[in-house]
Amino acid sequence: MNAEELQQIATAAQEERAKFDFAVNVCMGTGCLSQHSDKVKAALEKEAGECGKKCHVRRTGCMGLCAAGPMVLMEPSEARYGHVHEGDAKEVIASLGGEPVARLDPRLGGYFDGQRHVVLENSGHIDPEKIDEYIARGGYEALVKALTDMNPASVIEQISKSGLRGRGGGGYPTGLKWDTVAKVKGAQKYVICNGDEGDPGAFMDRSVLESDPQRVIEGMAIAAYAIGATKGYIYVRAEYPLAVQRLTVALQQARRRGFLGNGICETTFGFDIDIRLGAGAFVCGEETALIASIEGKRGTPRPRPPYPAVSGLWGEPTLINNVETFANVAPIIRNGGEWFSSMGTARSKGTKVFALTGKIQRTGLVEVPMGMTLRQIIFGIGGGVPDGRKFKAVQTGGPSGGCLPEEHLDLSISYDALISAGSMMGSGGMIVMDDTSCMVSVARFFMEFCMTESCGKCVPCRAGTVQMYELLSKICAGEATHRDLDRLTELCEVVGATSLCGLGQTAPNPVLSTLRYFKHEYLAHIDEKRCPAGVCECSPVEKPQPQEVHA
Amino acid sequence: MPLYAERPPLPSEDKRWRIVNGTMRKHGYSRNALIETLHTVQSSFGFLDEPAIKFVAQSLRVPLSQAYGVVTFYHFFSLKPPGRHTCTICTGTACYIKGSDKLVAETEKLLHVKPGQTTPDGEVSFTTARCVGACGRAPVTLLDGELSGQMEPAELKAQLERWTMQ
Repeated sequence: MNAEELQQIATAAQEERAKFDFAVNVCMGTGCLSQHSDKVKAALEKEAGECGKKCHVRRTGCMGLCAAGPMVLMEPSEARYGHVHEGDAKEVIASLGGEPVARLDPRLGGYFDGQRHVVLENSGHIDPEKIDEYIARGGYEALVKALTDMNPASVIEQISKSGLRGRGGGGYPTGLKWDTVAKVKGAQKYVICNGDEGDPGAFMDRSVLESDPQRVIEGMAIAAYAIGATKGYIYVRAEYPLAVQRLTVALQQARRRGFLGNGICETTFGFDIDIRLGAGAFVCGEETALIASIEGKRGTPRPRPPYPAVSGLWGEPTLINNVETFANVAPIIRNGGEWFSSMGTARSKGTKVFALTGKIQRTGLVEVPMGMTLRQIIFGIGGGVPDGRKFKAVQTGGPSGGCLPEEHLDLSISYDALISAGSMMGSGGMIVMDDTSCMVSVARFFMEFCMTESCGKCVPCRAGTVQMYELLSKICAGEATHRDLDRLTELCEVVGATSLCGLGQTAPNPVLSTLRYFKHEYLAHIDEKRCPAGVCECSPVEKPQPQEVHA
Repeated sequence: MPLYAERPPLPSEDKRWRIVNGTMRKHGYSRNALIETLHTVQSSFGFLDEPAIKFVAQSLRVPLSQAYGVVTFYHFFSLKPPGRHTCTICTGTACYIKGSDKLVAETEKLLHVKPGQTTPDGEVSFTTARCVGACGRAPVTLLDGELSGQMEPAELKAQLERWTMQ
């Protein structure tokens, strides 16, 4: 494979596309499939076959707006329809080349205003199980360019120049990480893609893997070339069966096209990827725990250093990046590091995909440039809080993050700004809460999560999360005193400072951030034995029996 | 004593064991294949019982304690056979905010079982999940593996009643 052959494949795929006057893209992501978009697609295909127009009905990945599923995107008119059912097929096909069907308008509002798609550029436009459609949209150009025109050092230089930082939450500069692994000497190096998206409320990685799996494979292959690895693993949650299936197909196709295997692009570079399934342990998102899990062991983290860059999988130098990080690599190599660094803020470059969920009008995936304010995302893109309720808080960063109140809505999003506000970027979940949510019980929910997900290796996390959970339950039940609150604060410090891995170190964050911004709610539970939101057990409006959240 | 014990024979005539063996062969009977193999057992048999764990541990030459440790560490693996139907309620953050606790309470009330248990007649297994990644459709349930979003307690109740009435 060289640039010319790649161009031929792209041209052939584009010609294939040009045979049709219209394309009807049907979202077949997990969200829309649960609303039977497969039946919608079948109905559309039947109608398209009968109408006589040159129309291609295509299966695609996520189009973002999961709330309005099943979603359909028309090409070339770019009209979007929401809540499409089998019965609408005739009308949709009849509207091709004419006026769009007003009845099916998903009322996007400003959903796509201000969004900038880099990672999601192909989502909703290509069939994830057809590699040629990916190539037709510029896919694998970056890999061919890297292998034929660039040496490993210049690949790393471009990544460093782009300012890309790890999208899994930590925000470690990707270029620096690659450079470290590249410089370590080792007979066998590994590239691992972390697709163990355990943060509840986040589904960006699932969506990328389901909608555009080739992009992740290409990113990994470029990384392998840059650091000198020959073997890669993608670690995916077993809870994402569709992502695993699409990825399996994508790997086969990439091998067949010669982008994986020996002698890629007529060079001596060889690289192949295997899938490893997670088995439902949140802690496996931590890199050393993930490595243990790939080795077939219990997913318990180990102290760092040595970092995986020096001693990772089977003791060899290993590069671990998140799905979204790898998804950014190909566009950076294709367009240059400077192009990427022109987006975003001074220290957080590029775009970030967020999963906008909770009490919000338009739930779904959004990709915005770094530096956009929370208000723009929640009220502009998301359409604000529904049912006339009042916005209370937005939770970012999953169980390691925090809840930010209304005063912080004008915070512009970057790794550093979120940390200084007491939360963190995390993998990109953004959960909006209205005044019906009790912040103490939200803190308890996250603590319960950390408690059950603690691997049990180190004492501060194993015992501390249990104690903090008990204290929070006591507060929720209206049985706590100020001494309990003091003890909770103290425990937060101890667990945060002394735990072995990120899970324990960040477990107190939801408590600390709610204590910082919603202390009055804690005090209402303690002093007045009342839950301001009427959620907790102590509240007389709710059922008198204690209600537990179960794992 | 031989340095390497022989690989154990298949536990029974059941053809599904050949699938399990196939996974191990694919990985060259390497110890690293433990989790992959357990996944195959679980997807073929629905759960992992003692003979299965023993067979896998012996075939891969992994200490039984380590195999058992792995099985109990990961939530995905189940030591108990599932019921005829499974009802999984997602209790991720987005679903929690949208009231999945009400769905859990409704199910507990109706089936008289706690999450992780199966009704005594073996009809319905009730579990909770830590986010299935369909947060845009919260609250989400998986009924017999089929994902349904924006679930109302009444709708869930109707479905569960259909199962238990049969």
